[in-house]
Amino acid sequence: MLTMLKDIYSILWVDLCFLKRHWLSTLAISLVSPLLYLVAFGYGLGRGVDVGGVNYLAFVMPGIIALTSMSASFTGASSKLHVDRLFYKSFDECLMSPISLFSIVIGKALIGVVRGLLSSVAILIVGIILSPLLIVSPLLILVLIMSCLVFALFGVFIALVISSHQAMSTFSNLVILPMTFLSGTFFSLSQLPEAVKVVLYLLPLTHSSESLRAVALGQPFPWLSFLALLGFALFFFSACMVALKRASV
Amino acid sequence: MEEFIVTENLTKTYGTVQAVQNLNLKVHSGEIFGFLGPNGAGKTTTIRMMTTLTKPTSGRVWVGGFDVVKEADKVKNVIGVVQQHLSLDRDLTVKENIEFHGRLHHLSASERRKRINELLDYVELTDCADRMVDTLSGGMKKRAAIVSSLMHKPKVLFLDEPTVGLDAQTRRRMWDLLRRLNLDGTTIFLTTHYIEEAEALCQRVGIMHHGKLIALDNPLELRKKLGLVTVETLVNGKETRYQYFADREAAKRYVQNLGSDAKTVIIRDSNLEDFFVEQTGEKVGGN
Ligand SMILES: Nc1ncnc2c1ncn2[C@@H]1O[C@H](COP(=O)(O)OP(=O)(O)OP(=O)(O)O)[C@@H](O)[C@H]1O
Ligand SMILES: [Mg+2]
Repeated sequence: MLTMLKDIYSILWVDLCFLKRHWLSTLAISLVSPLLYLVAFGYGLGRGVDVGGVNYLAFVMPGIIALTSMSASFTGASSKLHVDRLFYKSFDECLMSPISLFSIVIGKALIGVVRGLLSSVAILIVGIILSPLLIVSPLLILVLIMSCLVFALFGVFIALVISSHQAMSTFSNLVILPMTFLSGTFFSLSQLPEAVKVVLYLLPLTHSSESLRAVALGQPFPWLSFLALLGFALFFFSACMVALKRASV
Repeated sequence: MEEFIVTENLTKTYGTVQAVQNLNLKVHSGEIFGFLGPNGAGKTTTIRMMTTLTKPTSGRVWVGGFDVVKEADKVKNVIGVVQQHLSLDRDLTVKENIEFHGRLHHLSASERRKRINELLDYVELTDCADRMVDTLSGGMKKRAAIVSSLMHKPKVLFLDEPTVGLDAQTRRRMWDLLRRLNLDGTTIFLTTHYIEEAEALCQRVGIMHHGKLIALDNPLELRKKLGLVTVETLVNGKETRYQYFADREAAKRYVQNLGSDAKTVIIRDSNLEDFFVEQTGEKVGGN
């Protein structure tokens, strides 16, 4: 058990070394689009609009925090890993070491969680300043960590199966970007037809933004969404393990 | 003599490409073994199978007495690997890379500190410890990769083309380093397509061609099979003809009896390149 924790930390350690050197630029880059969304939707489009009794800025803020946690954790876990695996081959060093595949997956996901939290907490702070309605509670932090974990594991999985740099950006454009807009981040799902809703509830980000919004606005907590996040985390984790086992072909 | 690496009908196919076919090979404990062959011969694939990175399509391989597929964890403790494409993390310093390797192999903090200093000193890289890997020269990068692969005191060191892209002087220093390591008890398995490297360093060489092992012996024995002396003659001003003789006397007799259409006669020692060309009709470094 202790060895396992040490192993996980060893895997995380090397990425933390990198992050220590580049944290400011990493953070700055990850905040560009959330801040643009905030200005364009929160202030531009949504001025004077009410959603379910709250002003639009208060409504959209948790959605923006959720999408920040998604993009920062996903990129945080996948960007260096896929380059290390495909181009530098330094990921082979991990595979040739006596460290278990389990520890490798968790270690590689944790750097995504760390980077995801760094960015989403920064946006959360912006949110607290701009929108007094936002409630910060331990549950909010828990949901945020959960959301980061889901997308970090997702990022690890994609980085383990992708076969080129091109494919990585194609994937981001085809999956991550649409998810950003569709997952109830900018609008309420309650107005949508049932069929559309069903599809959108298959996206992990929908559950992140629904749960975050409920805690942040003091509404009843959607435990089902939280469970769904847990399910997604387990699913992506298993997918990572399968991908790693098949990596040595 | 104890066998450190044994392969039994080791085979790897990628789709229709037979990267390695029925390889049967034994590498002795304590030797420097050279794996020679042109691009695409299957050298890297073989190393990857020996080092747990690639699963064989069929056949088996043992390293240090352990089955590489079934006892991968045990194999990982006895091998050190310097890959063809240096697998260092370029965004870290030399020291951080080595430290990481020590962590991966469960060395304690004090052991790591001690080994890092020792090894950097051993390969004369102490001054570069805190430089980013990206800013090092090719030779320094290779040495850094070697240090990192030695952190956990492996019994066998695999090096995939360790001297490609190095200048002549740096290459010789690399050879010295490898000899020193070998004298200190490490078995060395290296691939190369430099003939002179195999001849200078290796006690035995295996020659690969299109995934097949076409020869396995010490360099001198292989040359003896062909003849130790080579005569090159330019025939009709166009084509070079190669003839092989057991010794200089025999070569000279042959040259004296040559007709007038043969010009530019060269008599020299034969080498592994000659052996390879005669066996395959191709050059090791490609045509
Ligand atoms: N992952 C892979 N997928 C498909 N084919 C592969 C893969 N790896 C190697 N091959 C093929 O296997 C053959 C042997 O390749 P290998 O890299 O082992 O050669 P090599 O002797 O190391 O060559 P070089 O001197 O160029 O490094 C080549 O034809 C190569 O295209
Ligand atoms: Mg190769």
